[in-house]
Amino acid sequence: MSDLNTQAVERYRNNFLKEVEENVEEGHWVKMCMQCGVCSGSCPFGPHWEHPPQEIFMMIRAGKRDEVLASDSMWMCTSCYNCIVRCPRKLPITHIMHGLANYAHRLGIAPKGQPTREFAKLFWDNMMKKGRVNEMKLTIGHYFRNGIGAGIKEAMAMKDVGLGMLKAKRLNPMELAGGHGLKDLKGFHAMVAKAKEIEDRKKGFVK
Amino acid sequence: MAKKEYAFYPGCSSQLKASASNYLVSVNSMCEKLDIKMTEIPDWNCCGASVGYGEGGELPRLAISARNFALAEQHLPGQDVVATCAACWLASRETIERLDASAELMKETNEALAAAGLTYRGQVQARHMVEVLIDDLGYEELAKPVSNPLEGLKIAGYVGCQTNRPFGIAGESFENPMYLDKLVETLGAESLPKYEQKVTCCGGALAFSEPDKSQKQIRDIVESAYDHGADLIVTPCPLCQANVEVYQSEINKKQGTKFAMPVTYYSQLMTVAYGGTHKEAGLDGHIIAPGKLEEIAAKGGKK
Repeated sequence: MSDLNTQAVERYRNNFLKEVEENVEEGHWVKMCMQCGVCSGSCPFGPHWEHPPQEIFMMIRAGKRDEVLASDSMWMCTSCYNCIVRCPRKLPITHIMHGLANYAHRLGIAPKGQPTREFAKLFWDNMMKKGRVNEMKLTIGHYFRNGIGAGIKEAMAMKDVGLGMLKAKRLNPMELAGGHGLKDLKGFHAMVAKAKEIEDRKKGFVK
Repeated sequence: MAKKEYAFYPGCSSQLKASASNYLVSVNSMCEKLDIKMTEIPDWNCCGASVGYGEGGELPRLAISARNFALAEQHLPGQDVVATCAACWLASRETIERLDASAELMKETNEALAAAGLTYRGQVQARHMVEVLIDDLGYEELAKPVSNPLEGLKIAGYVGCQTNRPFGIAGESFENPMYLDKLVETLGAESLPKYEQKVTCCGGALAFSEPDKSQKQIRDIVESAYDHGADLIVTPCPLCQANVEVYQSEINKKQGTKFAMPVTYYSQLMTVAYGGTHKEAGLDGHIIAPGKLEEIAAKGGKK
């Protein structure tokens, strides 16, 4: 268990709802869920959630901390916003799912190797380097996430797609050597670091 | 002077040789024909997209969008920020909503921006290009420059998710938005308003991380277009465009289908209908060539 996670467990003891309300983006909405299940029925990846959103809300209220935070479920969100627009009580469900996933990731207890968790990190780190996404490096980074051997196999399986994109001039191998970036990269980095520092302080992510 | 002026936020995928570079080409051509002046926000940055939540956290995400707003306020005061990418628009709208609702988040965001020597005063409106077309110009105005109507084309209007939910286009329903159909008709083509997959999710970023689950979505989207007799699909979202076009070959390989359904942007249809060339409409940027649209472009490209 990570230090941050131990700290959180000690601080909130058995009150997982309070923990979510105080630390998870839009978490203060959780107790407003009336268990109608429209969100679960509206999700394009619904059948793939071990615990659909409606269940996650009830589990939070029932204090099932480990089952929720270690769940693969929230990582199934495609950000389609169906659940948000259909929720009769207007809970920002998409954001709460994102918030829970992010919180579990920050505590270090989200499922290891979960593909969307890994892709999300790859995407953010890629974007942070130059302030803009480098699609070439993102693609290569994704296919080679499990090492060279697996990467070559996966990249070969996808080679028709890649070649098609190259031919259509929508993927640029030259981006491996640099690519688009910000002029004021220094300012951008300082700003994001400051934002992270403020948020970490607020959420007690300081060791 | 141009009829309308906006602060342009093109987004990462629209950059040169990126996955939606042909979107930008066609948007530029379309705006020229409509006398819309788009000035790029100097040194704009990535919005973090939706999948940025995993690593990003709330305040860093708000701060990166606010940086674009601060730059727009500073360099292009009074102009609405217009995004062509659904995710850029959505992240921007969410940031505005969140900051307007919370003085605390606004203060913290500005604390972060100060580290880059910037301030956001909270005066920016973020709009999608489609909103500009429909709300600021209107269908009648959009019909005026049509010199090469898209006659005989049947087009499935695939709205997708993020240009539609949770904000959407004013006056449209989330479940059955009609604006792409109306636009298609405005350009002289035949719309397919009963195309039932018009708001189905393509998988978004999970097309990368969960390919099989996403390809099931994409299969539904393409199959329904065939069922309705579509010649091509049109979409306002660069990720929808890429996912739905690019993965058809994978679905064919794995499932024995024979999909080859072209997927285009509304701006490409408009450029062609306004007499633009193959190149001006970015039709050279496809893996599945939109053959019938190319034929029409060839007919009316020279005026």
